Amino acid sequence: MKKITTPISDEVIKDLKVGDGVELSGVMVTARDAAHKWMIETFIKKTRAPQGDDLEVYEKLKTLLNGSVIYHCGPVVSGLDTKDYKFLAAGPTTSIREEPYQADVMKHFNVKGVIGKGGMGAKTLKGCEETPAVYFHAIGGAASFLAQTVINVSDVFKLDFGTPEAMWVIEVKDFPVVVTMDSHGGSQHAVIDESSKKVLDELLAK
Amino acid sequence: MKDLTNEILELIRRTSSSLPPDVEKRLRESIEKEAPGSTARGALETIVKNIELSRAKSTPICQDTGTPIFYVHYPLGWSTIKLKAQIRAAMEDATKKNYMRPNAVDAVYDNNTGNNLGGDDFPYIHFEEIESDDLVIELMLKGGGCENVSRQYSLPDNNVGAGRDLAGVRKVVLDAVQKAQGQGCAPGILGVAIGGDRGSSYIKSKEVMFSEMGTRNDDPKLAELEEQLTKESNEMGIGPMGFGGKTTVLDTKITGLSRLPASYFVSVSYTCWAYRRRKLTIKGEEVIYD
Repeated sequence: MKKITTPISDEVIKDLKVGDGVELSGVMVTARDAAHKWMIETFIKKTRAPQGDDLEVYEKLKTLLNGSVIYHCGPVVSGLDTKDYKFLAAGPTTSIREEPYQADVMKHFNVKGVIGKGGMGAKTLKGCEETPAVYFHAIGGAASFLAQTVINVSDVFKLDFGTPEAMWVIEVKDFPVVVTMDSHGGSQHAVIDESSKKVLDELLAK
Repeated sequence: MKDLTNEILELIRRTSSSLPPDVEKRLRESIEKEAPGSTARGALETIVKNIELSRAKSTPICQDTGTPIFYVHYPLGWSTIKLKAQIRAAMEDATKKNYMRPNAVDAVYDNNTGNNLGGDDFPYIHFEEIESDDLVIELMLKGGGCENVSRQYSLPDNNVGAGRDLAGVRKVVLDAVQKAQGQGCAPGILGVAIGGDRGSSYIKSKEVMFSEMGTRNDDPKLAELEEQLTKESNEMGIGPMGFGGKTTVLDTKITGLSRLPASYFVSVSYTCWAYRRRKLTIKGEEVIYD
Protein backbone atom coordinates (compact mmCIF):
# COMPACT_ATOMS: atom_id res chain seq x y z
CA MET A 1 0.00 0.00 0.00
CA LYS A 2 1.50 3.33 -1.12
CA LYS A 3 1.02 6.43 0.99
CA ILE A 4 0.52 9.68 -0.91
CA THR A 5 -0.14 13.18 0.41
CA THR A 6 -1.59 16.12 -1.53
CA PRO A 7 -0.32 18.21 -3.28
CA ILE A 8 0.90 15.43 -5.58
CA SER A 9 3.73 15.81 -8.11
CA ASP A 10 3.60 14.61 -11.73
CA GLU A 11 6.39 12.13 -10.96
CA VAL A 12 4.34 10.45 -8.24
CA ILE A 13 1.32 10.28 -10.56
CA LYS A 14 3.32 8.79 -13.44
CA ASP A 15 4.64 6.15 -11.10
CA LEU A 16 1.10 4.88 -10.33
CA LYS A 17 -0.28 1.91 -12.26
CA VAL A 18 -3.68 0.23 -12.47
CA GLY A 19 -4.12 -2.06 -9.48
CA ASP A 20 -2.01 -0.03 -7.03
CA GLY A 21 -3.54 0.36 -3.58
CA VAL A 22 -3.03 3.85 -2.14
CA GLU A 23 -3.73 5.59 1.15
CA LEU A 24 -4.34 9.27 0.46
CA SER A 25 -3.80 12.06 2.95
CA GLY A 26 -4.06 15.84 2.79
CA VAL A 27 -6.50 18.45 1.56
CA MET A 28 -9.01 17.70 -1.22
CA VAL A 29 -12.31 19.08 -2.45
CA THR A 30 -15.62 17.30 -3.07
CA ALA A 31 -17.40 18.03 -6.34
CA ARG A 32 -20.16 16.23 -8.13
CA ASP A 33 -22.80 16.95 -10.77
CA ALA A 34 -23.82 20.55 -10.03
CA ALA A 35 -20.26 21.63 -9.22
CA HIS A 36 -18.79 20.17 -12.42
CA LYS A 37 -21.46 21.76 -14.57
CA TRP A 38 -20.91 25.09 -12.79
CA MET A 39 -17.10 24.98 -13.19
CA ILE A 40 -17.33 24.15 -16.89
CA GLU A 41 -19.99 26.72 -17.75
CA THR A 42 -18.64 29.58 -15.63
CA PHE A 43 -14.85 29.28 -15.84
CA ILE A 44 -13.86 26.91 -18.61
CA LYS A 45 -16.34 27.28 -21.48
CA LYS A 46 -17.59 30.61 -20.10
CA THR A 47 -21.11 30.18 -21.45
CA ARG A 48 -22.51 31.57 -18.21
CA ALA A 49 -21.53 34.87 -16.57
CA PRO A 50 -20.08 34.63 -13.05
CA GLN A 51 -22.62 35.52 -10.37
CA GLY A 52 -22.58 36.13 -6.62
CA ASP A 53 -19.38 34.80 -5.06
CA ASP A 54 -18.39 32.78 -8.16
CA LEU A 55 -15.13 34.63 -8.88
CA GLU A 56 -14.07 34.63 -5.25
CA VAL A 57 -14.63 30.86 -5.03
CA TYR A 58 -12.79 30.39 -8.34
CA GLU A 59 -9.66 32.05 -6.96
CA LYS A 60 -9.73 29.78 -3.92
CA LEU A 61 -10.34 26.69 -6.04
CA LYS A 62 -7.39 27.48 -8.30
CA THR A 63 -5.09 27.25 -5.29
CA LEU A 64 -6.85 24.36 -3.57
CA LEU A 65 -7.15 22.12 -6.62
CA ASN A 66 -3.66 22.70 -8.02
CA GLY A 67 -1.91 19.36 -7.46
CA SER A 68 -4.79 18.10 -5.40
CA VAL A 69 -7.71 15.71 -5.78
CA ILE A 70 -11.43 16.00 -6.52
CA TYR A 71 -13.68 13.63 -4.62
CA HIS A 72 -17.00 12.63 -6.21
CA CYS A 73 -18.99 12.60 -3.02
CA GLY A 74 -22.25 13.94 -1.64
CA PRO A 75 -21.76 13.53 2.10
CA VAL A 76 -24.05 13.40 5.11
CA VAL A 77 -22.80 16.31 7.24
CA SER A 78 -23.64 17.30 10.81
CA GLY A 79 -23.30 20.81 12.23
CA LEU A 80 -25.09 22.61 9.41
CA ASP A 81 -26.69 25.00 11.93
CA THR A 82 -23.51 25.72 13.95
CA LYS A 83 -21.07 25.53 10.98
CA ASP A 84 -19.05 23.11 13.06
CA TYR A 85 -19.12 20.63 10.19
CA LYS A 86 -18.41 16.93 10.52
CA PHE A 87 -18.69 14.20 7.87
CA LEU A 88 -20.85 11.32 9.13
CA ALA A 89 -21.17 9.35 5.92
CA ALA A 90 -19.02 10.04 2.89
CA GLY A 91 -18.57 7.31 0.30
CA PRO A 92 -18.03 7.91 -3.42
CA THR A 93 -20.81 8.57 -5.91
CA THR A 94 -20.92 7.18 -9.48
CA SER A 95 -18.27 9.02 -11.49
CA ILE A 96 -19.40 8.38 -15.04
CA ARG A 97 -21.90 11.23 -14.82
CA GLU A 98 -18.93 13.64 -14.83
CA GLU A 99 -17.51 12.12 -18.03
CA PRO A 100 -18.47 15.11 -20.20
CA TYR A 101 -16.66 17.52 -17.84
CA GLN A 102 -13.88 15.70 -16.03
CA ALA A 103 -10.96 15.90 -18.45
CA ASP A 104 -11.40 19.65 -18.97
CA VAL A 105 -11.70 20.29 -15.23
CA MET A 106 -8.57 18.23 -14.50
CA LYS A 107 -6.53 20.10 -17.11
CA HIS A 108 -7.85 23.55 -16.19
CA PHE A 109 -7.10 23.26 -12.47
CA ASN A 110 -4.13 20.82 -12.72
CA VAL A 111 -6.02 18.24 -10.66
CA LYS A 112 -3.85 15.17 -10.09
CA GLY A 113 -6.59 12.70 -9.37
CA VAL A 114 -10.29 12.11 -8.97
CA ILE A 115 -11.78 9.74 -6.43
CA GLY A 116 -15.07 8.08 -7.25
CA LYS A 117 -16.66 4.77 -8.04
CA GLY A 118 -17.55 2.81 -11.15
CA GLY A 119 -14.75 4.28 -13.25
CA MET A 120 -14.86 6.68 -16.18
CA GLY A 121 -14.64 6.59 -19.95
CA ALA A 122 -12.27 7.25 -22.84
CA LYS A 123 -12.39 11.06 -22.62
CA THR A 124 -11.31 11.08 -18.97
CA LEU A 125 -8.68 8.41 -19.64
CA LYS A 126 -7.17 10.67 -22.28
CA GLY A 127 -7.38 13.55 -19.80
CA CYS A 128 -5.43 11.40 -17.31
CA GLU A 129 -2.64 11.01 -19.87
CA GLU A 130 -2.54 14.67 -20.79
CA THR A 131 -2.76 16.26 -17.30
CA PRO A 132 -1.23 13.81 -16.00
CA ALA A 133 -3.66 12.43 -13.43
CA VAL A 134 -5.17 9.15 -12.24
CA TYR A 135 -8.57 7.80 -11.25
CA PHE A 136 -8.73 6.52 -7.70
CA HIS A 137 -11.53 4.03 -7.00
CA ALA A 138 -12.98 4.09 -3.48
CA ILE A 139 -15.35 1.45 -2.09
CA GLY A 140 -18.90 2.45 -2.99
CA GLY A 141 -21.30 2.44 -0.07
CA ALA A 142 -18.58 2.28 2.58
CA ALA A 143 -19.73 5.65 3.83
CA SER A 144 -19.34 5.44 7.61
CA PHE A 145 -15.95 3.79 7.19
CA LEU A 146 -14.63 6.41 4.76
CA ALA A 147 -16.06 9.31 6.82
CA GLN A 148 -13.68 8.26 9.60
CA THR A 149 -10.72 9.17 7.42
CA VAL A 150 -12.02 12.73 7.06
CA ILE A 151 -10.25 14.43 9.95
CA ASN A 152 -11.25 18.01 9.20
CA VAL A 153 -13.86 19.92 7.21
CA SER A 154 -12.24 23.32 6.74
CA ASP A 155 -14.58 25.10 4.34
CA VAL A 156 -17.58 24.76 2.07
CA PHE A 157 -18.43 26.50 -1.20
CA LYS A 158 -21.73 26.64 -3.05
CA LEU A 159 -23.84 25.35 -0.19
CA ASP A 160 -26.82 26.71 -2.11
CA PHE A 161 -26.41 23.67 -4.41
CA GLY A 162 -27.62 21.61 -1.41
CA THR A 163 -25.54 19.57 1.07
CA PRO A 164 -24.76 16.69 -1.32
CA GLU A 165 -23.83 18.96 -4.24
CA ALA A 166 -21.81 21.59 -2.34
CA MET A 167 -18.01 21.70 -2.63
CA TRP A 168 -16.57 20.66 0.71
CA VAL A 169 -12.92 21.32 1.50
CA ILE A 170 -11.72 18.42 3.59
CA GLU A 171 -8.55 17.00 5.05
CA VAL A 172 -8.23 13.22 5.01
CA LYS A 173 -5.83 10.79 6.61
CA ASP A 174 -5.11 7.40 5.02
CA PHE A 175 -8.15 7.40 2.76
CA PRO A 176 -8.03 3.95 1.03
CA VAL A 177 -8.33 3.79 -2.76
CA VAL A 178 -7.26 1.64 -5.70
CA VAL A 179 -5.89 3.10 -8.94
CA THR A 180 -8.20 1.80 -11.70
CA MET A 181 -7.21 4.30 -14.43
CA ASP A 182 -3.62 5.49 -14.74
CA SER A 183 -1.77 8.19 -16.68
CA HIS A 184 -0.42 5.66 -19.20
CA GLY A 185 -3.76 4.72 -20.79
CA GLY A 186 -4.45 1.78 -18.49
CA SER A 187 -8.05 1.23 -17.37
CA GLN A 188 -9.27 -1.67 -15.30
CA HIS A 189 -12.81 -0.69 -16.29
CA ALA A 190 -12.12 -1.08 -20.01
CA VAL A 191 -10.50 -4.48 -19.34
CA ILE A 192 -13.42 -5.81 -17.26
CA ASP A 193 -16.00 -4.39 -19.66
CA GLU A 194 -14.37 -6.26 -22.53
CA SER A 195 -13.84 -9.56 -20.72
CA SER A 196 -17.39 -9.60 -19.30
CA LYS A 197 -18.81 -8.77 -22.75
CA LYS A 198 -17.02 -11.81 -24.14
CA VAL A 199 -18.61 -14.07 -21.49
CA LEU A 200 -22.00 -12.43 -22.10
CA ASP A 201 -21.76 -13.15 -25.82
CA GLU A 202 -21.01 -16.80 -25.05
CA LEU A 203 -23.97 -16.99 -22.65
CA LEU A 204 -26.30 -15.35 -25.16
CA ALA A 205 -25.25 -17.83 -27.84
CA LYS A 206 -26.40 -20.75 -25.65
CA MET B 1 -55.37 5.34 16.42
CA LYS B 2 -51.87 5.40 17.83
CA ASP B 3 -49.41 8.06 16.63
CA LEU B 4 -46.51 6.15 15.08
CA THR B 5 -44.16 9.04 14.22
CA ASN B 6 -41.48 7.96 16.71
CA GLU B 7 -41.74 4.30 15.72
CA ILE B 8 -41.39 5.22 12.05
CA LEU B 9 -38.39 7.42 12.90
CA GLU B 10 -36.80 4.38 14.55
CA LEU B 11 -37.63 2.29 11.48
CA ILE B 12 -35.81 4.85 9.31
CA ARG B 13 -32.79 4.89 11.64
CA ARG B 14 -32.55 1.11 11.56
CA THR B 15 -32.99 0.90 7.81
CA SER B 16 -30.33 3.50 7.08
CA SER B 17 -27.72 2.32 9.58
CA SER B 18 -28.22 -1.43 10.11
CA LEU B 19 -28.07 -3.76 7.12
CA PRO B 20 -30.49 -6.73 7.39
CA PRO B 21 -28.81 -9.92 8.67
CA ASP B 22 -29.64 -12.01 5.58
CA VAL B 23 -27.83 -9.51 3.33
CA GLU B 24 -24.86 -9.22 5.67
CA LYS B 25 -24.57 -13.02 5.80
CA ARG B 26 -24.38 -13.26 2.00
CA LEU B 27 -21.71 -10.57 1.87
CA ARG B 28 -19.62 -12.30 4.53
CA GLU B 29 -19.91 -15.63 2.72
CA SER B 30 -18.78 -14.05 -0.53
CA ILE B 31 -15.45 -12.91 0.98
CA GLU B 32 -14.24 -16.52 1.01
CA LYS B 33 -14.97 -16.88 -2.70
CA GLU B 34 -12.51 -14.15 -3.64
CA ALA B 35 -8.76 -14.77 -3.85
CA PRO B 36 -6.70 -13.74 -0.81
CA GLY B 37 -5.01 -10.38 -1.38
CA SER B 38 -7.24 -9.54 -4.36
CA THR B 39 -8.80 -6.10 -4.80
CA ALA B 40 -12.21 -7.81 -4.88
CA ARG B 41 -11.64 -9.40 -1.50
CA GLY B 42 -10.34 -6.12 -0.08
CA ALA B 43 -13.51 -4.39 -1.26
CA LEU B 44 -15.75 -6.95 0.46
CA GLU B 45 -13.73 -6.74 3.67
CA THR B 46 -14.13 -2.96 3.69
CA ILE B 47 -17.86 -3.37 3.05
CA VAL B 48 -18.21 -5.65 6.07
CA LYS B 49 -16.20 -3.25 8.27
CA ASN B 50 -18.50 -0.46 7.14
CA ILE B 51 -21.61 -2.48 8.00
CA GLU B 52 -20.34 -3.03 11.55
CA LEU B 53 -19.32 0.60 12.00
CA SER B 54 -22.61 2.06 10.74
CA ARG B 55 -24.61 -0.16 13.06
CA ALA B 56 -22.43 0.70 16.07
CA LYS B 57 -22.53 4.44 15.41
CA SER B 58 -26.07 4.80 13.98
CA THR B 59 -24.64 6.52 10.91
CA PRO B 60 -25.87 5.88 7.37
CA ILE B 61 -24.37 2.78 5.73
CA CYS B 62 -24.19 4.79 2.52
CA GLN B 63 -24.22 8.58 2.23
CA ASP B 64 -26.79 8.17 -0.52
CA THR B 65 -29.69 7.34 1.75
CA GLY B 66 -31.71 6.69 -1.37
CA THR B 67 -35.32 6.92 -2.40
CA PRO B 68 -37.45 6.11 0.64
CA ILE B 69 -40.02 3.49 -0.43
CA PHE B 70 -42.68 2.66 2.16
CA TYR B 71 -45.12 -0.26 1.93
CA VAL B 72 -47.84 0.07 4.54
CA HIS B 73 -50.04 -2.99 5.12
CA TYR B 74 -52.85 -1.81 7.37
CA PRO B 75 -55.90 -3.44 8.97
CA LEU B 76 -59.33 -1.87 8.73
CA GLY B 77 -59.64 1.17 11.00
CA TRP B 78 -56.33 2.91 10.34
CA SER B 79 -56.33 6.25 8.56
CA THR B 80 -53.97 6.38 5.60
CA ILE B 81 -54.15 10.18 5.68
CA LYS B 82 -52.82 10.22 9.24
CA LEU B 83 -50.24 7.50 8.55
CA LYS B 84 -48.93 9.46 5.58
CA ALA B 85 -48.60 12.60 7.69
CA GLN B 86 -46.73 10.60 10.35
CA ILE B 87 -44.37 9.09 7.77
CA ARG B 88 -43.61 12.54 6.40
CA ALA B 89 -43.03 13.98 9.89
CA ALA B 90 -40.71 11.08 10.74
CA MET B 91 -38.80 11.58 7.48
CA GLU B 92 -38.23 15.25 8.25
CA ASP B 93 -37.02 14.40 11.74
CA ALA B 94 -34.76 11.61 10.44
CA THR B 95 -33.12 14.15 8.11
CA LYS B 96 -32.50 16.56 11.01
CA LYS B 97 -30.93 13.71 12.96
CA ASN B 98 -28.70 12.83 9.96
CA TYR B 99 -30.11 9.33 9.55
CA MET B 100 -31.04 10.57 6.09
CA ARG B 101 -29.22 12.90 3.68
CA PRO B 102 -31.41 15.66 2.23
CA ASN B 103 -32.22 13.85 -1.01
CA ALA B 104 -35.31 15.43 -2.56
CA VAL B 105 -34.33 17.74 -5.41
CA ASP B 106 -36.94 19.60 -7.41
CA ALA B 107 -36.34 18.34 -10.95
CA VAL B 108 -37.56 21.53 -12.62
CA TYR B 109 -36.00 24.22 -10.40
CA ASP B 110 -33.08 22.13 -9.10
CA ASN B 111 -33.39 23.12 -5.45
CA ASN B 112 -32.95 20.58 -2.67
CA THR B 113 -35.85 20.84 -0.20
CA GLY B 114 -33.43 20.01 2.61
CA ASN B 115 -35.85 17.78 4.51
CA ASN B 116 -36.49 14.80 2.23
CA LEU B 117 -40.02 15.95 1.55
CA GLY B 118 -40.72 16.49 -2.10
CA GLY B 119 -44.13 16.52 -3.68
CA ASP B 120 -46.73 13.91 -2.98
CA ASP B 121 -44.42 11.21 -4.37
CA PHE B 122 -41.40 11.74 -2.12
CA PRO B 123 -41.19 9.73 0.06
CA TYR B 124 -42.97 7.09 -2.01
CA ILE B 125 -45.73 5.37 0.00
CA HIS B 126 -47.85 2.41 -1.03
CA PHE B 127 -50.88 1.58 1.13
CA GLU B 128 -52.53 -1.82 1.10
CA GLU B 129 -55.44 -2.80 3.35
CA ILE B 130 -55.02 -6.32 4.69
CA GLU B 131 -57.14 -8.85 6.55
CA SER B 132 -55.08 -8.93 9.72
CA ASP B 133 -55.01 -7.28 13.12
CA ASP B 134 -51.39 -6.20 12.72
CA LEU B 135 -50.09 -3.11 10.99
CA VAL B 136 -46.86 -3.70 9.06
CA ILE B 137 -44.69 -0.92 7.63
CA GLU B 138 -41.85 -1.93 5.36
CA LEU B 139 -39.18 0.52 4.26
CA MET B 140 -36.63 0.21 1.48
CA LEU B 141 -33.95 2.84 0.92
CA LYS B 142 -33.06 2.45 -2.74
CA GLY B 143 -29.76 4.02 -3.78
CA GLY B 144 -29.50 6.30 -6.80
CA GLY B 145 -26.37 4.82 -8.36
CA CYS B 146 -27.97 1.40 -8.69
CA GLU B 147 -31.28 2.90 -9.79
CA ASN B 148 -29.40 4.55 -12.65
CA VAL B 149 -28.23 1.16 -13.97
CA SER B 150 -31.67 -0.46 -13.71
CA ARG B 151 -33.16 -1.18 -17.13
CA GLN B 152 -36.39 -1.97 -18.87
CA TYR B 153 -36.62 -4.02 -22.06
CA SER B 154 -39.47 -4.40 -24.49
CA LEU B 155 -39.37 -7.87 -26.02
CA PRO B 156 -38.54 -8.92 -28.66
CA ASP B 157 -35.17 -7.21 -28.31
CA ASN B 158 -33.09 -7.62 -31.43
CA ASN B 159 -29.88 -6.26 -29.89
CA VAL B 160 -29.54 -9.28 -27.63
CA GLY B 161 -31.68 -11.67 -29.67
CA ALA B 162 -34.32 -11.97 -26.97
CA GLY B 163 -37.73 -13.37 -27.90
CA ARG B 164 -40.98 -13.26 -25.92
CA ASP B 165 -40.34 -16.14 -23.57
CA LEU B 166 -38.31 -16.99 -20.48
CA ALA B 167 -35.25 -17.67 -22.63
CA GLY B 168 -35.56 -14.06 -23.83
CA VAL B 169 -35.99 -12.85 -20.25
CA ARG B 170 -32.74 -14.59 -19.31
CA LYS B 171 -30.89 -12.86 -22.13
CA VAL B 172 -31.99 -9.31 -21.31
CA VAL B 173 -31.30 -9.72 -17.59
CA LEU B 174 -27.76 -10.89 -18.32
CA ASP B 175 -27.36 -7.95 -20.69
CA ALA B 176 -28.46 -5.56 -17.92
CA VAL B 177 -25.89 -7.03 -15.52
CA GLN B 178 -23.08 -6.69 -18.07
CA LYS B 179 -24.05 -3.10 -18.88
CA ALA B 180 -24.21 -2.18 -15.18
CA GLN B 181 -20.58 -3.26 -14.64
CA GLY B 182 -19.61 -2.07 -11.15
CA GLN B 183 -21.58 1.16 -11.36
CA GLY B 184 -24.51 -0.05 -9.31
CA CYS B 185 -22.13 -0.86 -6.43
CA ALA B 186 -21.76 -4.56 -7.10
CA PRO B 187 -22.30 -7.11 -5.69
CA GLY B 188 -25.92 -6.33 -6.44
CA ILE B 189 -29.31 -7.93 -6.04
CA LEU B 190 -31.65 -8.21 -9.03
CA GLY B 191 -35.39 -7.63 -8.88
CA VAL B 192 -37.02 -8.69 -12.13
CA ALA B 193 -40.63 -8.19 -13.23
CA ILE B 194 -41.94 -9.87 -16.37
CA GLY B 195 -45.01 -8.28 -17.93
CA GLY B 196 -47.19 -5.41 -16.75
CA ASP B 197 -47.13 -1.97 -18.30
CA ARG B 198 -43.96 0.11 -18.06
CA GLY B 199 -45.00 1.61 -14.74
CA SER B 200 -46.35 -1.44 -12.90
CA SER B 201 -43.46 -3.52 -14.18
CA TYR B 202 -40.86 -1.27 -12.57
CA ILE B 203 -42.85 -1.02 -9.34
CA LYS B 204 -43.17 -4.80 -9.03
CA SER B 205 -39.48 -5.29 -9.81
CA LYS B 206 -38.75 -3.35 -6.62
CA GLU B 207 -41.56 -4.87 -4.56
CA VAL B 208 -40.22 -8.38 -5.19
CA MET B 209 -37.01 -7.41 -3.41
CA PHE B 210 -38.72 -7.08 -0.03
CA SER B 211 -38.58 -10.88 0.29
CA GLU B 212 -35.72 -12.53 2.13
CA MET B 213 -32.47 -13.48 0.42
CA GLY B 214 -32.40 -17.06 -0.80
CA THR B 215 -36.18 -17.56 -0.84
CA ARG B 216 -37.37 -18.71 -4.25
CA ASN B 217 -40.45 -18.02 -6.32
CA ASP B 218 -43.20 -20.63 -5.78
CA ASP B 219 -43.28 -21.29 -9.50
CA PRO B 220 -40.54 -23.87 -10.19
CA LYS B 221 -39.80 -22.39 -13.62
CA LEU B 222 -39.15 -18.95 -12.16
CA ALA B 223 -37.28 -20.41 -9.17
CA GLU B 224 -34.92 -22.17 -11.59
CA LEU B 225 -34.42 -18.99 -13.62
CA GLU B 226 -33.64 -17.03 -10.45
CA GLU B 227 -30.82 -19.41 -9.57
CA GLN B 228 -29.56 -19.61 -13.13
CA LEU B 229 -29.38 -15.82 -13.47
CA THR B 230 -27.40 -15.42 -10.25
CA LYS B 231 -24.97 -18.13 -11.34
CA GLU B 232 -24.51 -16.86 -14.89
CA SER B 233 -24.20 -13.22 -13.77
CA ASN B 234 -21.31 -14.27 -11.58
CA GLU B 235 -19.63 -16.07 -14.49
CA MET B 236 -19.12 -12.68 -16.16
CA GLY B 237 -16.36 -11.84 -13.68
CA ILE B 238 -17.36 -8.24 -13.05
CA GLY B 239 -16.84 -8.61 -9.31
CA PRO B 240 -17.27 -6.28 -6.33
CA MET B 241 -17.19 -2.63 -7.48
CA GLY B 242 -16.40 -3.88 -11.00
CA PHE B 243 -12.82 -4.66 -9.92
CA GLY B 244 -13.10 -8.15 -11.41
CA GLY B 245 -13.92 -11.19 -9.28
CA LYS B 246 -16.43 -13.93 -8.60
CA THR B 247 -19.10 -11.99 -6.72
CA THR B 248 -21.21 -9.80 -8.99
CA VAL B 249 -24.79 -10.68 -8.01
CA LEU B 250 -25.84 -11.97 -4.57
CA ASP B 251 -29.38 -13.05 -5.46
CA THR B 252 -32.11 -12.72 -8.08
CA LYS B 253 -35.85 -12.29 -7.45
CA ILE B 254 -38.38 -12.65 -10.24
CA THR B 255 -42.10 -11.97 -10.37
CA GLY B 256 -44.50 -12.61 -13.23
CA LEU B 257 -47.35 -10.18 -14.01
CA SER B 258 -50.19 -9.99 -16.49
CA ARG B 259 -49.39 -8.20 -19.73
CA LEU B 260 -51.28 -6.94 -22.74
CA PRO B 261 -51.12 -9.15 -25.84
CA ALA B 262 -49.13 -6.33 -27.48
CA SER B 263 -46.56 -5.82 -24.73
CA TYR B 264 -43.83 -7.91 -23.13
CA PHE B 265 -41.79 -5.81 -20.71
CA VAL B 266 -38.93 -7.05 -18.60
CA SER B 267 -37.87 -4.65 -15.85
CA VAL B 268 -34.58 -5.21 -14.07
CA SER B 269 -34.17 -3.28 -10.84
CA TYR B 270 -30.59 -3.40 -9.68
CA THR B 271 -29.94 -2.87 -5.99
CA CYS B 272 -26.50 -2.16 -4.59
CA TRP B 273 -24.97 -4.35 -1.88
CA ALA B 274 -26.30 -1.77 0.62
CA TYR B 275 -29.68 -3.43 0.29
CA ARG B 276 -31.48 -1.51 3.02
CA ARG B 277 -34.91 -2.81 3.90
CA ARG B 278 -36.49 -3.11 7.33
CA LYS B 279 -39.87 -3.82 8.83
CA LEU B 280 -41.98 -2.44 11.69
CA THR B 281 -44.95 -4.40 13.05
CA ILE B 282 -47.60 -3.00 15.40
CA LYS B 283 -49.30 -5.90 17.18
CA GLY B 284 -51.82 -4.36 19.56
CA GLU B 285 -49.68 -2.46 22.07
CA GLU B 286 -46.55 -4.26 21.01
CA VAL B 287 -43.99 -2.65 18.64
CA ILE B 288 -41.74 -5.10 16.83
CA TYR B 289 -38.72 -4.24 14.65
CA ASP B 290 -37.20 -6.99 12.52
